[in-house]
Amino acid sequence: MAEREIGNKAACDCKMGMFPPRRRFLFGAGTAAALGGALPRARATPSLPADPTRVQGRATGADGGYGARSPFETAHRILGPVPNSQTTWTFTPLADQIGNLTASGLHYERHHAGIPSIDPQRHSLVVHGLVDAPKRFSMADLKRFPPVSKRHFIECSGNTGGAYQNLPLKTVQVSHGLLSTSEWTGVPFSVLAREVGISKDAAWVLAEGADAAVMSRSIPMEKMMRDAILAYGQNGEAIRPEQGYPLRLLLPGFEGNTHIKWLRRLQVSDQPFMTREETSKYTDLMADGIARQFVFTMEAKSVITFPSAEMRLPGLGFYEISGLAWSGRGRVKAVQVSVDGGTKWHEAALNEAPAPMCTVRFNLPWRWDGKPALLQSRCIDETGYIQPTHAELVRARGVNFYYHYNAIYPWTIAADGSVTHEAA
Amino acid sequence: MKPHRFFTILLLLLATSGAARAGEAVIGLGEKLTPADLDGVFAIPPDGAGLPAGHGSIAQGEAVYASQCAACHGDKLQGTKAIGAPALVGGRGTLSSKPLKTVESYWPYATTLFDYVKRAMPMNAPGSLTNDQVYAVTAYILARANIVPDQIVLSAKTLPKVQMPNRNGFISNWRYPHQY
Repeated sequence: MAEREIGNKAACDCKMGMFPPRRRFLFGAGTAAALGGALPRARATPSLPADPTRVQGRATGADGGYGARSPFETAHRILGPVPNSQTTWTFTPLADQIGNLTASGLHYERHHAGIPSIDPQRHSLVVHGLVDAPKRFSMADLKRFPPVSKRHFIECSGNTGGAYQNLPLKTVQVSHGLLSTSEWTGVPFSVLAREVGISKDAAWVLAEGADAAVMSRSIPMEKMMRDAILAYGQNGEAIRPEQGYPLRLLLPGFEGNTHIKWLRRLQVSDQPFMTREETSKYTDLMADGIARQFVFTMEAKSVITFPSAEMRLPGLGFYEISGLAWSGRGRVKAVQVSVDGGTKWHEAALNEAPAPMCTVRFNLPWRWDGKPALLQSRCIDETGYIQPTHAELVRARGVNFYYHYNAIYPWTIAADGSVTHEAA
Repeated sequence: MKPHRFFTILLLLLATSGAARAGEAVIGLGEKLTPADLDGVFAIPPDGAGLPAGHGSIAQGEAVYASQCAACHGDKLQGTKAIGAPALVGGRGTLSSKPLKTVESYWPYATTLFDYVKRAMPMNAPGSLTNDQVYAVTAYILARANIVPDQIVLSAKTLPKVQMPNRNGFISNWRYPHQY
């Protein structure tokens, strides 16, 4: 099944307070990506003045006090091939992302029972189990604790999963778009731990959400104490409902489903609870029929977002190859790019000093000579882990593993400039 | 103000007003938990801790299944792909070839089935089943999976004793992660 467009774009006249409701001016996912970053997007013909210096602009405040992007900007999430509208995922348009952070409205989604509506005044977090003083914290309580703000990626463990079996993943949005990066703000779990007093036997913590799946995962106490954040902020404002409003668990570098959204309860225990998600669902089946469980860390990975599949280079000459690299084990140390199928690897420039368990954007200037080319990137993290090849992964894991696919992902440039992914 | 004086006052202030930073003392926010706060919450580990009172037989479970589950998961527990309802039985012996992951072939603990049904099923009214109904429908599914004998009655006592076929099919990656 093909990925689907979401919702009814035509119904929204709220965007800029400037244009009447219009019919779809958004392109299908494929065409939007095909145009790539270099070409103008908007075929919209809003009633623009011939010369914006000859008429007064739109009135201030017409946006209701909360701004929106230009109607010429059309990048949007697309829905995965899902059979119902509650158990769903949407992909971030990575080829359109500018810089390292994902716009909150474009953050990928994975829901197990829809998006709950929650009044923050009635929401609280209960911490109990193997603790000295079980407590309930209101959102107001949580916001009174000393906060931290950190940039971290979240990646769904199913990101790029179809690549194990060489399924066609048409664009980088579909192949790698279950990845997004935000600045997250909240209280470290270690601060709350002191408030309740963790007992000596504590080894695991059940995190539970307030959605209709009452989504639950067991998290090692060691991880909770090291760097877990009870996050209420995302990119300078409250976390979006799709991301767990008003509170989510943030576990830097761990697979996305463990970052429990709409977090309402933490139960401290001496054992994992073996919830449905950590037994029957997010476990990784190997070729011998044995499954790995509690595979938390998202390993080092990278992908070239420009150029990428369904784009077409308009001609010979200069292009800045660009992409994202990340590792759940720590900082990205280096990214190497090959333009000749892996014979030579070049050190890419990193746009900023990499933060731990955060994406970093990389670039490499390239002059295309018009001949077919094979572009690849590989990430090396500060622990020395080198992003593997597809063959290395499949040798170790088989093709039914589904999760945690982090192999090098090549793009083929044809002589006519068209870009595709050819399975390894 | 002379600098040394300023710092003396600052030090005094810090000492007396207890400028609390993370890493030092308990801050004292949050309400003491009351029993009512834990009303209706649960999470059932494999040893069955926290399983509620109640019980259910396979025959009772058959009726629960027919009215609450069959519409999505099918008369034969075969699932309905088109709406995303997974198969609940079958698939034994498929995990190393063309895997069909079901309660029967894949789930390592029966307590997980109870926990999940009580937690999130049925999809159109999650959390609406009584404890007796959850025990009963768990018994019915496990019977159809040829895991429990016909006369079983599931309860807090019997459920944790159920041995699942794929109990030993998992290895934890947490302490000793694999390179690939």
